[in-house]
Amino acid sequence: MKLSALAASSAVLFALAAPVAAEPQAEVLHWWTSGGEAKAVGVLQEEFSANGGTWTDMPVAGGGGDAAMTALRARVLSGNAPAAVQLKGPAIQEWYEEGVLADISSVAEAEGWADVLPASIAEHMKCEGHWCAAPVNVHRVDWIWANAEVLAANGIEMPTTWDEFNAAADKLKEAGVIPLAHGGQAWQDATVFEVVALGLLGPDGFKKAFVDLDADTLSSPEMVAVFDQMRKMRGYVDENFPGRDWNLATAMVMNGEAAFQIMGDWAKGEFLAAGKVPGEDFLCESAPGDGYLYNVDSFAMFEVDGDDKKAGQELLAKLIVGPNFQKVFNLNKGSIPVRTDVALDEFDSCAKKSSEDMAAASENGSLLPSYAHGMALRGAQAGAITDVVTAHFNSDMSSEDAVKMLAEAVANSM
Amino acid sequence: MTVWLERNLPRMVLAPSFIAVLIFVYGFIGWTAWVSLTRSKLMPRYEIDGFIQYKRLFASPRWDTAMDNLYIFGGLFICISMVLGLLLAIMLDQRIRIEGALRTIYLYPMALSMIVTGTAWKWIMNPGLGIQEMVRGWGYESFTFDWIVNPDRAIYAVVIAGIWQSSGFVMALFLAGLRSVDGEIIKAAQVDGIPTWRIYTAIIIPSMAPIFLSAFIVLAHLAIKAFDLVIALTGGGPGYATDLPATYMYAMAFSRGDLGQAASSAMVMMAVVFAIVVPYLYSELRAKPHD
Repeated sequence: MKLSALAASSAVLFALAAPVAAEPQAEVLHWWTSGGEAKAVGVLQEEFSANGGTWTDMPVAGGGGDAAMTALRARVLSGNAPAAVQLKGPAIQEWYEEGVLADISSVAEAEGWADVLPASIAEHMKCEGHWCAAPVNVHRVDWIWANAEVLAANGIEMPTTWDEFNAAADKLKEAGVIPLAHGGQAWQDATVFEVVALGLLGPDGFKKAFVDLDADTLSSPEMVAVFDQMRKMRGYVDENFPGRDWNLATAMVMNGEAAFQIMGDWAKGEFLAAGKVPGEDFLCESAPGDGYLYNVDSFAMFEVDGDDKKAGQELLAKLIVGPNFQKVFNLNKGSIPVRTDVALDEFDSCAKKSSEDMAAASENGSLLPSYAHGMALRGAQAGAITDVVTAHFNSDMSSEDAVKMLAEAVANSM
Repeated sequence: MTVWLERNLPRMVLAPSFIAVLIFVYGFIGWTAWVSLTRSKLMPRYEIDGFIQYKRLFASPRWDTAMDNLYIFGGLFICISMVLGLLLAIMLDQRIRIEGALRTIYLYPMALSMIVTGTAWKWIMNPGLGIQEMVRGWGYESFTFDWIVNPDRAIYAVVIAGIWQSSGFVMALFLAGLRSVDGEIIKAAQVDGIPTWRIYTAIIIPSMAPIFLSAFIVLAHLAIKAFDLVIALTGGGPGYATDLPATYMYAMAFSRGDLGQAASSAMVMMAVVFAIVVPYLYSELRAKPHD
């Protein structure tokens, strides 16, 4: 009796464990664990299962991805990398140089990625000419968000130059409103800095300074002007800003305590979640000056063994760039699709503007990677610049000293 | 057989932990030293490339700030905790009534994790939420206590939170020390009519020298490895004004993908620890010669 029960149960177990021919499998390492993000990644998970794949979720939260990178290092060192990892910018090429990334050119070519992705963004997804990563979304970084009511009450238009911004901010300060909502964390300081730098240096100057790390541009008088403007920005921030999280700063704009915030379009998610309407309750406008700073999330594909895992990886890459996922994911996340051929009917006005500006910027070559969000430079160089920016912003250092320090820090980080 | 076992049992029992320590402590110290001589970025590489990482380290203004902060934080944290702990211990030693309850109250902060201490003090010292706002609410409009947001003062804010956490523990150490002083000597001194403060400075405190050393070593290692307190309290900010060597190393290793640089900073931290521990070991070993 006992024996037959044992036999029956082991037969069931065996049936469950029996291998199905090359069923697509993918283990995905990411750090999208909070509300809207988790929902967005759930969309991908469902679509992957609907196509017959087995998804192994490996979410590692904490430290803005630092914890996930530590986990990744351990997995790669033990020779057992996940199939896809949330990575972005030059970090993809950095991992490629460690010799652990896979080639997914066959999927990319079959799906015609080159025709639907903006050229400068597609470049980030390639390792020495072949495709090694799949882009998920485009966040624009150079936005100014404003409380419509506060601006109207003080007779202020959205600024189109930095002089106008300064004039508006001075007026607001006199009226007792905090002109700029800002959180004193290094990455937020760097975000404001790069937006100011794009405005004052122009797209070409920005590219030379923060993509090519051109020493002359980094120590030019224009860069001194950028730090001068940062000093002014410091005066527009309230005194409690150190350590404040970005979403608390967004809340200050929302409830009228502050007028403006300079932040990427993830801030839009906060406004929308609070039931605010773009164009009525809050305004979104690109920051003064030309150009478009993008922050593109992507999944890098790691070398895996076994047909099922390879099939899973290819299916995943295909789905990520597929039009359906691009639309649903980005509606959840607040960003815009990286594909230029997705209909934007369901998106809000800010997203539509972002998409139009991206197409225009891609045409005239001013579509640029964000340095503050790890798209333009490797960690060591970007970190060295941020150290100087945040040290200047949080002290009374002169702009000339800051520029000198900037050139030295960049040279020392190589 | 029994004799052999008797002689070798301690060695056999100690061997596994000895081997584990050998590999996981000293082996990895060696590994870190090796990596600190390479140009390792994201992943460790093993081609030795001289002292480039140390040159970069000492050229970095952020590292200078981190080391200065370690001296300021370490110095003030250790000294003030010891003085405060000693004073509290002497007060409690006056045979007061609810000594047990008071001792527990002072000792309790030690039971909290540094993360909790840091978060609580972050709110207490925030100018818009904490002490400053409260005192201003009482009508003293010009009162300012903005250390935590002031880059020149922020490290002292960290010191305050650290002292709050540790002085109770130091008090407990000293209290035990005070109680272990021979009561006969104190009574003899009292009979001779020596004032109480003289009894403390001339008899009790000098006889507690070993306790001072223990307290110093405990506090010194807390100061050098301080990491969670800074992360919770200021996140290293404003800017990098409250960076400590440990937070610097973490940033390089885990945020920036600069393992070589992180390894070199770890080696320098270890050198600082050795500078404190070696004299201590030396004095300990000399004081109690074996055989």
